[in-house]
Formats: sequence, structure tokens, C-alpha cells
Amino acid sequence: MPHIVTDKCQRCRFTDCVTTCPVACFHGDATMLYIDNVQCVDCGACVQACPVHAIYEESDLPADKIEWLQINAQRAPGLPVISEKQVPLPTAEARKRELGYE
Amino acid sequence: MSAPGSADNPLRVAIVGSGPGGFYAAEALLKSGLTVQVDMIERLPVPFGLVRFGVAPDHPKLKQCTAVFDQVAQSSHFRFIGNVTVGRDISVEQLQSTHHAVLFACGAELDRRLGLANEDLPGSHTATEFVGWYNGHPDYRDRQFDMSGETAVIVGQGNVAIDVARILCKPVDDLRTTDIAAHALEVLAASRVREVHLIGRRGPAQASFTAKELRELGELNGCEVRVSSDDLQLGPVCLQELENKGNFNAVKNMETFRGWSTRSAQPAAKRICFHFFQSPVAIAGTSRLERIELERNTLTGLPFGQSAQSTGLTSELACNLMFRSIGYRGVPIPGVPFDAARGIFPNMAGRIGTSPGLYAAGWIKRGPSGIIGTNRADAVATVQGLLADLTELDARPRAGADALSEILGPHRPMVSYADWRRIDQEELRLGAAAGKPREKLTRVSDMLDLVKRSRHSMQPINIAQSIGSSS
Repeated sequence: MPHIVTDKCQRCRFTDCVTTCPVACFHGDATMLYIDNVQCVDCGACVQACPVHAIYEESDLPADKIEWLQINAQRAPGLPVISEKQVPLPTAEARKRELGYE
Repeated sequence: MSAPGSADNPLRVAIVGSGPGGFYAAEALLKSGLTVQVDMIERLPVPFGLVRFGVAPDHPKLKQCTAVFDQVAQSSHFRFIGNVTVGRDISVEQLQSTHHAVLFACGAELDRRLGLANEDLPGSHTATEFVGWYNGHPDYRDRQFDMSGETAVIVGQGNVAIDVARILCKPVDDLRTTDIAAHALEVLAASRVREVHLIGRRGPAQASFTAKELRELGELNGCEVRVSSDDLQLGPVCLQELENKGNFNAVKNMETFRGWSTRSAQPAAKRICFHFFQSPVAIAGTSRLERIELERNTLTGLPFGQSAQSTGLTSELACNLMFRSIGYRGVPIPGVPFDAARGIFPNMAGRIGTSPGLYAAGWIKRGPSGIIGTNRADAVATVQGLLADLTELDARPRAGADALSEILGPHRPMVSYADWRRIDQEELRLGAAAGKPREKLTRVSDMLDLVKRSRHSMQPINIAQSIGSSS
């Protein structure tokens, strides 16, 4: 089952996940990242790497985040691949605290 | 003299090992923007390390990362040199004379031992042997596992322990369509093992299983999972650990265990039982393994630093087979410092020793933790260190792989990536005939014979490509 980036990535965009992806299947726009579920090999390395647990395996996806399955599948293929760590958004640390991750 | 990395003095790096750590290091070097030549040296004739020999046969999707490795290998600045053992066929010193830098990504091939008497009694094995055996590793293909008894014990609670339990309990028909080695399939088909016990010295909240892998055990056909609800009663320090939001994997594992402990047991042909807070203290048997003795532990210490202390309470578990999976250690190579306690090449952020030139990535750098992708971030960090050292490296131009073949001489045939492709094609062909995605060649001699035969049958221009420089 594919892995999915949810809206918890918005205003964070830490991009730690992309450094652990063995197949470079992360794509991104200015707000967040998306996983190309055709390329994803379901290893789950990114789930552990994300400082705010924005990434879920499909079966673990909270009920209020189901829509992100579709959004990842639609958005990812048309956006550039992000495979190297980038500078997080300026709001990232504040957002991390807001989400309850220290 | 200017630092290596230019067209007239390419940066020549020898990478030792061809698993994920090695390939991701190669990728990072090739993307550096400098003129580099990467020579990847592998002791076997086939690449990919634990992706080929560690990833379970019933997890084929994970193996798709070899497509990325194939892309790396397409570069004209990359050369695969298989069937060459560093430290035996060629010394580290010789490698340093042919390359500006040597990057070790040779993994952690040996198991840690329990340190108990009778550890080598027939029936007592390492998980490494078993995993290597069912995955067709030439070093382990002739191992014998007596599966005529009903009970197996696995000591250790990580993902390797789960793989071993799953392969032992999965209906063999579900394995027939995987790339599991044919010799293993035959033995597993006749296996009488029906009960597998997983033993951990600490509690369910400290088990290092990945949540997804753990959950998969509950989805096996004809197999039930048992865990005692008493073991799931957590103390205050464990509860504190689970409250940490970053510890969500452990929270998910606890949910999985609780689900199993409360589910009304469906009698099944096979059974997997989790035992927590138990340390093996004795292995017993006269001519072969008969039972192990366990000692009950309690946890002491601060959150995320709890250790197991014995309570002195003992129990016995009768078993016919035991696999230990309590960690891995690297193999020392002459000429490279070795930390025997940790089983790694001691390093500072990937730099080995005090003078630049030797580097480490992957498990030989940080120990056996993390999964395939973890090694990508790790290898990239090592390569960044190497590139930062560029001006301090001995800048004299090096001859690279061509000099290696002179050192090795005609008696040590080097296997190229083109040769590997022929082995690959043969394995795919054999697999298709058997209804499997791949039937691995499991003997080095068979691999080398195939390489030799296919070189002879190729057109002259292709022979030149396979044995000459790849550039």
C-alpha cells in the first residue's frame, strides 16, 4: 500500500524524508511534498524521518486525511522530483510545535 | 598540484561493497559535479548486497530500488568489479595507490553471539545463516536446517526476527511465486515447524519492529499470533515513552499487540508467540538442541534508556531450532582500524582515521540500524565529508581500475556490470520457467561459468566491452 504525505507537511516542508527515499519518489511544490505512489516501494523510511509524522502508509491514514491519497497520486507526477534536503519553510519550527512535536 | 576532480585528474574513488550504502555513495559522487571515476569492488560476482540477500523474497516491491542502482551503473564514470575481495585479493594499501579515496560500504555480515555455552549445538543457528540460505547467498546455500521438529525459537526482536518467523510460518505455496531459493523451498515444503517463539529481553514498547512488518505477521494464512496480556501491562516509564509523539512506531506496535492479545484465538495450523522481558541464559541438549532456559527481566532506567535487569525467575522452553538475531557486526579488513566492541570501522561522520583517504558508509559506519533508505542519507553525508576533504587528499593522478586488473592478474577474473547483466538475464529466464520472478544462481562457480560462456559466445566488440574499461 502506498505512502502518502498529508497536510501536516504544509508550513513545514522539512524535506528530511527525501534524503531517505531509496527511489527518489518525492515531488514538491512551494507548499509541500507529494509521493508518487507508482514509484514508491513502500519501505517506510520516510515515515520515521519526518519530524512531524506527516507521512502515513495508506492503511494508517487517519480518517480525516483520506483525501490526501488522491491528492498525492494526482499532484506528484507533474511536479519536479525533490531528492535532496532543502531549507524548511520559515514557519516550520512554529508549525512543528503547533502540531505537538518537540 | 590541483585537487583531484578535474578532467586531467579525475577523482578516483574505490567503493568496497555493492549494497545500498555503496550504490547511494556512488550516486552522490557521480552527482557531485566533479570529474569522478567510481570503481565499485564486490567480493561476489553479483551486486546489491542485502537488497539481493537480505530483503525477504515475499517483499518484492522493496527490491525495485535496484532500478535506481541500475541507473547509477549506466554512468560511463562507474565501473563494477565483482569477484574481488579487498583484504585478500588486493590490499587496502594497493587500493590507495590506485585510487584517491577508498569508501567502505561492506555492511555488517556477522551475527552477534549470545555468549552462552552450547551456542553452536546442532539446531542452534544465526538468523544470518537462515536468511542467507533462503535468499540463495553462496556462503550459506549449503547450510542444513533440521525442520523435523515442531518448535522454533528466535532470539531478538527486530525486523530480521520477523522475516525469519514469517518465512517459517507462511504457507509454502505462498512462497512458490517468489524468488526464494529452490533449495530452501524444498526444505520448507517438508518443514514440520508449527510453533515459533520470538524472545525479547525488554518489553513490547521497546521492540524495534517496524509497525508495518509486525502487522503483516497477523495477516498470514493459517497462522495465529499470541501475546500474553500480562506482558502488555506497561509500567509508568514505558507509558511515558509512548506519550512522546515522535515514538509513533512503538504506539502502533502496541496497538497491534493489544489487538492480538484480545482477539479470540482462532485455532490455526501454525502459531507465532511473542515473549517479552526474557533473556536466554542457557542452551541445553545432548547431541542437539533440546531446550533453552530463560530468565525473567524487569526494566530499570529513564525513558528511552531502560535496560533489562534479571529477576532471577527462570523458565524453560523446549525447542528443536533456534535462531539468534540480536545484532550484527562488520568483518575487519587488514589495514583498516576496527572497533571490535561495536563491530564497525571507527569513524568521525564517515571519515576513518586521522589522515583523509578512508571513508565508511552504511552499516560498517554506524552499525546495523535502519532500512534501505536510511543508508542513502548516510552515504550522502559520507560523500559530503569526502568532497570537503578534496584539497587534503594526495592529489597525484591515479590509474584506477586498469591498474587493479594488473595487480590482480589473470587468475582472478573480474566480473563487470555487463557480466552481471548476463547472470541477471539467466536468472530471469530460469525464474520464468519455474513460475517465479527469478531463480538465483547460488554458486559462485556457476556464476563464473556463465560469465565465461557468455563472453565466448558474444561478438568480439562485446567481449571488449565486458572485460575492458567501461568508459
